[in-house]
Amino acid sequence: MTTAPLPDPAGDSALLRLDDVGKTYRSGNLEVEALRHVTLSVAAGDYVAVMGPSGSGKSTLMHILGCLDVPTTGTYLLAGEDVSTMREDQLADVRNRRVGFVFQQFNLLPTMPAWRNVELPLVYAGMHRAERRERAVEALARVGLADRVDHRPGELSGGQQQRVSVARALVTEPTLILADEPTGNLDSHSTEDVLSLFHELHDQGRTIVLITHEHDVAAQARRQVQIRDGRLLDATLAGAR
Amino acid sequence: MTWTETLRTALEAIRARRMRSALTTLGILIGIAAVMLTVGLGQGAQKQVASQIDKLGSNLLIVSPGSSTSTTGIRGGRGSATTLTTADAATLSDDRVAPDVEAVAPQSSTSQSLTAASTNWTTSVVGTTPSWVQVRARTLASGRFFTDGEVDSAQPVVVLGATTAQELFNRQDPVGQTVTIGSQPFTVIGVLAELGSTVGEDQDDQAVIPATTYATLISPSSGTSVSTIYVEARDEKSLSAAYQETSNALLTSHGVTSATADFTVSSQQSIVETATSTSRTLTVLLAGIAAISLLVGGIGVMNIMLVSVTERIREIGLRKALGATPRVILRQFLTEASLLGLAGGLLGLVLGGVGAAVLPSLIDQPVTLSATAALLALVISLLIGVVAGVYPAGRAARLSPIDALRSE
Repeated sequence: MTTAPLPDPAGDSALLRLDDVGKTYRSGNLEVEALRHVTLSVAAGDYVAVMGPSGSGKSTLMHILGCLDVPTTGTYLLAGEDVSTMREDQLADVRNRRVGFVFQQFNLLPTMPAWRNVELPLVYAGMHRAERRERAVEALARVGLADRVDHRPGELSGGQQQRVSVARALVTEPTLILADEPTGNLDSHSTEDVLSLFHELHDQGRTIVLITHEHDVAAQARRQVQIRDGRLLDATLAGAR
Repeated sequence: MTWTETLRTALEAIRARRMRSALTTLGILIGIAAVMLTVGLGQGAQKQVASQIDKLGSNLLIVSPGSSTSTTGIRGGRGSATTLTTADAATLSDDRVAPDVEAVAPQSSTSQSLTAASTNWTTSVVGTTPSWVQVRARTLASGRFFTDGEVDSAQPVVVLGATTAQELFNRQDPVGQTVTIGSQPFTVIGVLAELGSTVGEDQDDQAVIPATTYATLISPSSGTSVSTIYVEARDEKSLSAAYQETSNALLTSHGVTSATADFTVSSQQSIVETATSTSRTLTVLLAGIAAISLLVGGIGVMNIMLVSVTERIREIGLRKALGATPRVILRQFLTEASLLGLAGGLLGLVLGGVGAAVLPSLIDQPVTLSATAALLALVISLLIGVVAGVYPAGRAARLSPIDALRSE
């Protein structure tokens, strides 16, 4: 397969634009090309699933999309900002403003109640305490946990914990919600639960990129992107569900 | 992220690991308390010695006779010779010879039994001149000191120390009473004010009489020789000049060189130094040990912070993913370490304060705590926290969010 440009449904108005992105890791003398010539656009309000087996480079792609890492070659524009050349503190700022993360492991702080976990990104945004609490409670209500505001993660089920982390991803009103195997640690019931939440968010106009290796999870997205050996294989326009 | 938020986060992290934080703090606490107490003890001891030596008289030089060699060739120790005489005292009083000398008081003393009415008491009988009161910085509680006229005519008058007066006359006023020294009757003309104990002899237990009376009635064998000449310099600045003048004048009048000098001149300063050097050495040693314990406490803080960083590697990764910059993470961990240090310092101050209040009654040693030392201890404990926190906090700040999130 050549590096022919992939279909670009968003055109120039793309929210995310990866242009010929490559990522090379070096460990000793060994060079590992985790991503090669990846070009991808995601329009505002899109719901994209990135699929691939382990070792395909989808984690690396997720790190770059989430501004946790910068590409070795190529450029990445997030909402018009060139992220690929930013310093670490600038990246931290972009992550804070632009990206809401949902992790496979939830990554909630066990000593803090739900609302304190949700307000955490706002702390780093420098918001005042009263306003933070208000917005955190609001976000928890949006994921259906209005009555669990003061519960600690240990007192919540797996599905509820993942809802808390979705609320944390939402609270900053980010440009992009980036979910990395969000259902990987959940039973089928909770999986449904969380996926329907993503549907709702998509219907409200949120931009979501979901990374998974499960076909039935990926099938929920509006668009699927396959990744193998660091290259994007195909971009399917799944159309409306 | 604001400072209040940083402080809140650090406090939460410390509270979340209460036991560990308390034990970490303990290291600093003990170190600070130990340093404060040892330094306080040392200062207290030095102050005590200095104040006691001050009671000897201010700006004082003490001239003692050299050693003697008997006809059989046995050499006596320092002060055994009878080379100092009242003539030497007169020489030193001469302003042309020693312009920086304010006053001179020769002194001889011997132990004698004193009898008043039915009681008797054995004490040190001192023969001297009226300038003794000034040179030795004494005051009188009642009566008066003897005059030059009384010295010249060798009057049998005596001024008693406070303890001596108490022993002989109980609560009665001794002034005007008669005391028998040896076999000679003396009239009590005054009582010295109490001084409290000082280094060496008890300055409150003595009977002071004119030097001439001493030479004729008490110790005829000593002739004009005296056991000590006290020399008072004009002021602190002229002390070394007075020292030189005294030395030179005596060398000249005795016809000896400094190598064969038959006397020694020591200053109050040198006595203070001798007296405090032992306690100072001990203080430095103890404070050193205490400082090492403080260092160990600091290493404890660093160790705990390193463990904490390793343990919270996922938390750090998450905070970074959510928008914490390296600087914010660095600040958070530095604040945490500083708080541990400061808490240890504060508690150490409290413990040191309690120790300073309790210890003097237990070991009979004064402890001097100064506000400066307390403030310094706080600053040092804070500094220890910061220094101990730099490396762990730096490690936390440098963690990549990806690696941190991935680690299990």
